[in-house]
Amino acid sequence: MALNIWRFASPQVIYPIAGRMIPGFMLAAAVLALAGLYIGFFVAPTDFQQGESYRIIFIHVPAAWMSMLIYVVMAFWCAIGMIMRTRLSFMMALALAPTGALMTFIALWTGALWGKPAWGTWWVWDARLTSELILLFLYIGFLSLHAAIDDVRRADRAAGLLALVGVINVPIIYFSVQWWNTLHQGASVSLTRAPSMASTMLAGMLIMVLSAWMYSIAASLMRLRIIILEREADADWVQEQIVPIAQGAKP
Amino acid sequence: MEAVLDATPDRRTGLLAVFSSVVQRDLLLAMRRRADVLTSFFFFIIVVSLFPLGVGPEPNTLREIAPGVVWVAALLASMLALHRLLAADYADGTLEQLVLSPKPLSLLMLGKMLAHWLVTGIPLILIAPLLGLQFDLPGPALAVMALGLLLGTPVLSMLGAIGAALTLGVRGASGLIALLVLPLYIPVLIFGAGAVSAAVSGLSVEGHLSMLAAFLLFSAVIAPWAAAAAVRIAVE
Repeated sequence: MALNIWRFASPQVIYPIAGRMIPGFMLAAAVLALAGLYIGFFVAPTDFQQGESYRIIFIHVPAAWMSMLIYVVMAFWCAIGMIMRTRLSFMMALALAPTGALMTFIALWTGALWGKPAWGTWWVWDARLTSELILLFLYIGFLSLHAAIDDVRRADRAAGLLALVGVINVPIIYFSVQWWNTLHQGASVSLTRAPSMASTMLAGMLIMVLSAWMYSIAASLMRLRIIILEREADADWVQEQIVPIAQGAKP
Repeated sequence: MEAVLDATPDRRTGLLAVFSSVVQRDLLLAMRRRADVLTSFFFFIIVVSLFPLGVGPEPNTLREIAPGVVWVAALLASMLALHRLLAADYADGTLEQLVLSPKPLSLLMLGKMLAHWLVTGIPLILIAPLLGLQFDLPGPALAVMALGLLLGTPVLSMLGAIGAALTLGVRGASGLIALLVLPLYIPVLIFGAGAVSAAVSGLSVEGHLSMLAAFLLFSAVIAPWAAAAAVRIAVE
């Protein structure tokens, strides 16, 4: 029996599968986060330049990586949705966006907290900080455009197009900001000369990155299930299979 | 409009003819509502004039902030006029007719972008050197500013058209359009203002202007297509 992948484009099929996957991803996220934080806070050595304050890296770097990755994944699902006209792709993109925005916000916030002890200032107009801020604007634009359009199909496709235009622009913006920053040297502190890292630090950071992956997947799937229910509320399968459970019947 | 919709097969239905008829129509409409055109023009002048009042009249400071001030004001003025680009056509059904036209919608969008630029971009380019003088910019920097605006403002019109098309008939469109379009304007701002700053400090401006020209060519390829797709989403 050949596996028909198109089956998974159906919200009805994905809804229970996502439900079964969420606990696994959540558990993995929690275990990895505990392990990563333990290594980060107790095993990894104190940095000889920055002391203990560098340890925020274990939250900052995973959040920053996820913030960029999620935008690309979101744009990918939007592209699939525009090309294949699959409803579920747009639901997935919409489910990813708040997690991406959250990760961007965490990256900016922890960056500011790290910047104060490391550079003596909450904010510098460094290329990375600036492009991260612009990324947050792009996420907010995507979510507000989607929220402003009442017709769901139109909202999906308009926000999807915006995400695609955004993803084409992200590299342009990034390199513009980087060049702009090098022209304005002096005020900023270079982040690019990363000090060589102890292997336990690296291990802790990579484990935290994995944990952030697991959390993002679990959170997006949870949001996806809610979006599916919202949009399919009138569908037969929701009325027959979900509503009785919600009303207290045994599945 | 009739030239676009007219089904008689004469020489008025070639691609170039259709394109120019879209441009002519939008220019004609703009000339009939001159107050709209002047609004964004005077908005530009007023925003630029506010900065010396806020920052202080010290010539050295003014010279330093002038490139950024003029470019940010140009961004805002160009954005302010975006609602004119498609909203009226959407309201009275003209946009639907354009979508139904057998000619490529992206070409028609390019025509509308060009008209928007002719109406909002050109006046900014012409007045900007005068405002630069008020900020004590030297002559070569003024020329670079005008040249930068000449290359950069079409990009603003083209990217803005995408935002205008995405927000057609949407609640709170004017605020939303700023949120969507301004982040995309950032590269133009950086290199446009950078060119003038470089000219002020006597550095080569070639790199900045080349980047602006690259943005212009790139958006001329991508933006009409994206705007057409956005219009289709709005109209269907």
